[in-house]
Amino acid sequence: MKPFFLFYLTFCFIGILNLNAQKNKSESIKNGIKLYRDFCYRCHGFNGEGQTDLIPPLKSSDYLLNNIDLSIAGLKYGLKGKIFVNGKLYDSYMAYQGLDNDEIADIMNYILNEWGNSSEEFVTPERVSKVEKSIIK
Amino acid sequence: MSKSILKFFIVTLYIQTACSQENMPPILGQEKNYSYEVIVDDISVPWGMAFINSDEFLVTEQSGILYHVQNRVKNEIKGLPDVYFRGQGGLLDIALHPNFDTNKTIFFTQGVNTENDNKGGNTSLYSGVIDGFKLTNVKLLYKATPNTKTSQHWGSRIVFDREGHIYFGIGDRGERDINPQDITRDAGKIYRLNLDGTIPIDNPFVGLKNVKDAIFSFGHRNPQGMTVHPKTGQIWEHEHGPRGGDEINIIKGGLNYGWPKITYGKDYLTYVGSNPLEKTTSLPGMEQPFYYWVPSIAPSGMAFCTSDVYGDWKDDLFVGSLKFEYLERLVIEEDKVVKREKILDGIGRVRNVVEGPDGYLYLGIEGTGIVKVLPAK
Repeated sequence: MKPFFLFYLTFCFIGILNLNAQKNKSESIKNGIKLYRDFCYRCHGFNGEGQTDLIPPLKSSDYLLNNIDLSIAGLKYGLKGKIFVNGKLYDSYMAYQGLDNDEIADIMNYILNEWGNSSEEFVTPERVSKVEKSIIK
Repeated sequence: MSKSILKFFIVTLYIQTACSQENMPPILGQEKNYSYEVIVDDISVPWGMAFINSDEFLVTEQSGILYHVQNRVKNEIKGLPDVYFRGQGGLLDIALHPNFDTNKTIFFTQGVNTENDNKGGNTSLYSGVIDGFKLTNVKLLYKATPNTKTSQHWGSRIVFDREGHIYFGIGDRGERDINPQDITRDAGKIYRLNLDGTIPIDNPFVGLKNVKDAIFSFGHRNPQGMTVHPKTGQIWEHEHGPRGGDEINIIKGGLNYGWPKITYGKDYLTYVGSNPLEKTTSLPGMEQPFYYWVPSIAPSGMAFCTSDVYGDWKDDLFVGSLKFEYLERLVIEEDKVVKREKILDGIGRVRNVVEGPDGYLYLGIEGTGIVKVLPAK
């Protein structure tokens, strides 16, 4: 009985640690800024404005704000083919970056809530883990 | 003020603005009706490519897949070391050993974490032997330290000289203030090794205390193009600048190519460090680029055209543009770029440029695969 109890206690303890490891929204956004400024800004811009006719904006982007799971899939698997952003056609390629699920969640929370963007949704690593490649096409 | 003086001022101002915005010569649109053919599709980021013969070649996919392609059919070659894929890193360039026909040996660069320290990765050079669809006898020849999780500036390209050396580049790994100017540290360097991975005794910094004696040249930002000049045998390299200031350099042993002390680029708006870039474009003891781009084209891959397949392209230099999604043709006369032309504008992010044994140019296009450039009809 005793070893089982110990095992149970350890199990609970790990559970508490995991709960603590889960970031809240503002912590996630804060880490998202750092990641965005390492991985994303060279193409999408410091102010999410995009670049030339090839890289779509993230600021006020209807594609991003209305297609959260598709945007997650883009970060996770890469994004290829034609998309419309605010009525304009884009047909470039975004490579996937080898980011962990919690990092993708942090970037999503940042870009969904920066430059005037705002979203009720809080993207968690669990949600990122559930997005499958098949939703892209 | 008379009208003509006003006109003069306006024209002068216009010329000054134009000059500060774009370097010369200005790039021209495509002259002739070139086209292309997709040879291999469905490769996300075709980073490196090495021809075995006209119908058979190897391609690296950045996330960590090595493909063998024969008569347009691709098969995966298994047996790579664990690839650390993050941001601009991953499985990078590939090259055949000069005696590949007999020893089946290849070289490749990739991001790796060999220390199991959970601190990220850095660029490494490996060799291995191709045995059917398996890679065997894998040897780590060089591993840059320290590991870091930053996404940026891993390099890398591989070339050989005629004297039995292998050269490869590693970018500054996002640490411009501590890496590129310090030869006791890795990153921001071009390296030179013997083909067995040993350090050539005549490497420029051999014998100095604490230095990384594999270093051949330093002061580089992020080299993603290297090729050997078909006539002079010199090593040509290009590297990304920050905002503007992408460079072509001719690499010579022991020289300092200046990053970040001198550059034709500007800081990104996100720069938060304590050493912003000075507006310094030259300093004693630092090399000027052979050519530089303002604005940046984000160059990747480079090759000279040595064949007559395209008519007047012979001896011209070709560089991929990731940012503007075209192949750039640079015509060089008397050590100067005299003409630039966009080829296949809008083809996609050009990751790699290689001349095949058949004299055709082959491009690695992100999101597509390998494309063969066809002459104008």
